[in-house]
Amino acid sequence: MSSETKKILTTDGIPLEVSLKKAEKKNKIKAFLLVAPLLFFLIITYVFPIGDMLFRSIDDKMVTQMLPKTFKAMENWDGQELPDEEVFAAFHEDFIKLVEDKREGKLSTQLNYTKNGFKSIIKKLRRASKKFEEGNYKEQIMAVHKRWADVEYWRAIQRRAPEFTGQKYLKGMDMYVNEEGKIVSVEEDRRIHRVLWLRTLEIAFFVTVFCFLMAYPIAHLLATLPMKYSNLLMICVLLPFWTSLLVRTASWMILLQQQGIVNDFFVGIGLVADDNRPEMMYNKTGSYVAMTQILLPFMVLPLYSVMKTISPSLMRAGKSLGGTPFVAFWKVYFPLTIPGIGAGCLLVFILAIGYYITPALVGGASGTLISNQIAFHMKSTLDWSFASAMGLMLLSGVLVIYWLYNKIVGIDNIKLG
Amino acid sequence: MASKKDFVKFDKVDKSYDGKVLVVKDLQLDIAEGEFITMLGPSGSGKTTCLMMLAGFETPTNGEIYLDGKAISSIPPHKRGIGMVFQNYALFPHMTVYENLAFPLRVRKIPKDEADKKIDKALSMVSLQGFAARMPGQLSGGQQQRVAVARSLVFDPQLVLMDEPLGALDKNLRESMQYEIKHIHESIGVTVVYVTHDQSEALTMSNRIAVFNDGKVQQLSSPDELYEKPVNSFVAEFIGENNTFGGEVSDISGGKCKVKLANAEILANPISVKGKGERTTVSLRPERALINPSTKMDNLHKGKIEEVIYHGDHTRVRINLLGNPEFILKVPNSSSNLDIKLGNEINIGWNSDDARALDPK
Repeated sequence: MSSETKKILTTDGIPLEVSLKKAEKKNKIKAFLLVAPLLFFLIITYVFPIGDMLFRSIDDKMVTQMLPKTFKAMENWDGQELPDEEVFAAFHEDFIKLVEDKREGKLSTQLNYTKNGFKSIIKKLRRASKKFEEGNYKEQIMAVHKRWADVEYWRAIQRRAPEFTGQKYLKGMDMYVNEEGKIVSVEEDRRIHRVLWLRTLEIAFFVTVFCFLMAYPIAHLLATLPMKYSNLLMICVLLPFWTSLLVRTASWMILLQQQGIVNDFFVGIGLVADDNRPEMMYNKTGSYVAMTQILLPFMVLPLYSVMKTISPSLMRAGKSLGGTPFVAFWKVYFPLTIPGIGAGCLLVFILAIGYYITPALVGGASGTLISNQIAFHMKSTLDWSFASAMGLMLLSGVLVIYWLYNKIVGIDNIKLG
Repeated sequence: MASKKDFVKFDKVDKSYDGKVLVVKDLQLDIAEGEFITMLGPSGSGKTTCLMMLAGFETPTNGEIYLDGKAISSIPPHKRGIGMVFQNYALFPHMTVYENLAFPLRVRKIPKDEADKKIDKALSMVSLQGFAARMPGQLSGGQQQRVAVARSLVFDPQLVLMDEPLGALDKNLRESMQYEIKHIHESIGVTVVYVTHDQSEALTMSNRIAVFNDGKVQQLSSPDELYEKPVNSFVAEFIGENNTFGGEVSDISGGKCKVKLANAEILANPISVKGKGERTTVSLRPERALINPSTKMDNLHKGKIEEVIYHGDHTRVRINLLGNPEFILKVPNSSSNLDIKLGNEINIGWNSDDARALDPK
């Protein structure tokens, strides 16, 4: 369109478009400078750590860098039979260097991840290598232990050649690449992560459902009560927000333990026998109860903000047109609160799926979530790449849920306030 | 139409929200079938409360409301079968126009083909054919208003309540909608109870108007009677423009009374004064007083023009008359009104019949 219209010139002969851009440029720079600190902050605290996490989860350079010559020599090996002398010589050269740097222990740990049995034969090789003669390394190494003559172990070394690997992700799903290079599941009794993933989804789902069931009437009350009561109720809803998460979780521990207040009450009213107090903590029940209470405000607030905008005359109109109170609610009021329900459920679900402290404290063994496993690998096993991989799997799970939500409900239908 | 005189009957209805203040006091009101009745009053006068009690959203504290002879206080709103148009339309924003109109028919389990016919009819009544698939948000205010009217009528209720339905529209649209609603009422003969605080709206549309103030009906009569013959000074003041003189009755005889003002005496029509010495407010409509009257009028006084405002079809003249500096006259612009100049002294005349001596303010 602009090409067809005649160019308008300003009084000093510059095209209007150019001078307008010039005038706006200054404002744009100013605006950018205003947001720059925040942008910078976000890059440092958000983009960079996530990028680093992604990198860590697939990074497998350690072995690659420890055995550079071996992997170079292995490029010509077809992997069918034992590699030839060239590979053994290169391996020997790399290994001697590692022994000098006292890093052969790390190599044995890393190789042991890939295949059990490397630890002892590397120890033996180190001792034997001191007496090695020059030349014919193949026979000398094979003589150290019979596993060195087993092609399986050389294949295991070869599998560590790539600088990047997805094996941490497979491990997160209780799968691994077997000797034939196929992706298979680990044995049934060693599958711990799948159970955790499913439990995380299950707990997040039910916490969302419980939060919704409890928050809907509360939010409705908040939106319809006269100001002086609704303010008080609002404070009751927000009070947990102002209390430390740890304090709230700890108070649930006091309430829910076997000799705790809730159990005392049940015994008091004769619901349960004194010698048969139910365990409500250190299991799923504990996670459900505490997480529902803690996440409730995140459901109440979006629902409230949506309900506040629904004119009471709509319900009246529904009734005056002949709808019973239930029909008026179901056909008129409820559909109008869907944006709030969507926002609340998405918020609670996403928060619940990554919840950590509460399940760690009250969840016990059967109530812990995947995030507790991530923390375990961060703090105890120091397998950061595995923790990163699981963290990213969790993140992508959340993104998938967000995407599904957008497909089904539409993200513009969300209303947070 | 064999119309009932008391199709809707408020029988000694009281309403209090807090148990301390009565917002509706001892209301006695009969509404005939097919009538267009307007509840008119300032905000807080209890008119909307009356409407809500009739619709079933509020219950009377005392007394009973009858609809077609049946007491309805214990009937919930959805069983009363009363159509209602709300102040902010209250269209269901997540439903199309068609679905909005279908709502009352669906809950009544009316078969679809019959419902479609009714919806078509209702939409054509408000000239909105072809809008059935639109969402309310895609309509202008006036169109939304028409949909709301159509929705309140689509299930053929005997009674339709309208709660300030035109309040959110601009002036021109409001006026054309007034005629439209009036015509719809005339064509289908439904009983309408209309609430507004806009007196011109009430005068234009209604068969009868109930003027509310302070929880009470001050006057219930036809628009012309309300305007020409207000029964108390609140109604005189609230409906239309009004010139007042405060004074004391000095003589009363033969359907006329003399009212003594601060420095003069005028003749008036005794409406709510009974005897000598009573305080009174004399009310006179601006168009009933004439400048330099050619016929003989029994009140004739001199005043000074303080302000002249040109209004197109007429000129408003503010005159300082008999100690009232706010005396307003409306002079049609057709005649040559050469004398109307700022500062001129002119003669003002009116008939004592038009000067109504009402209760003191």
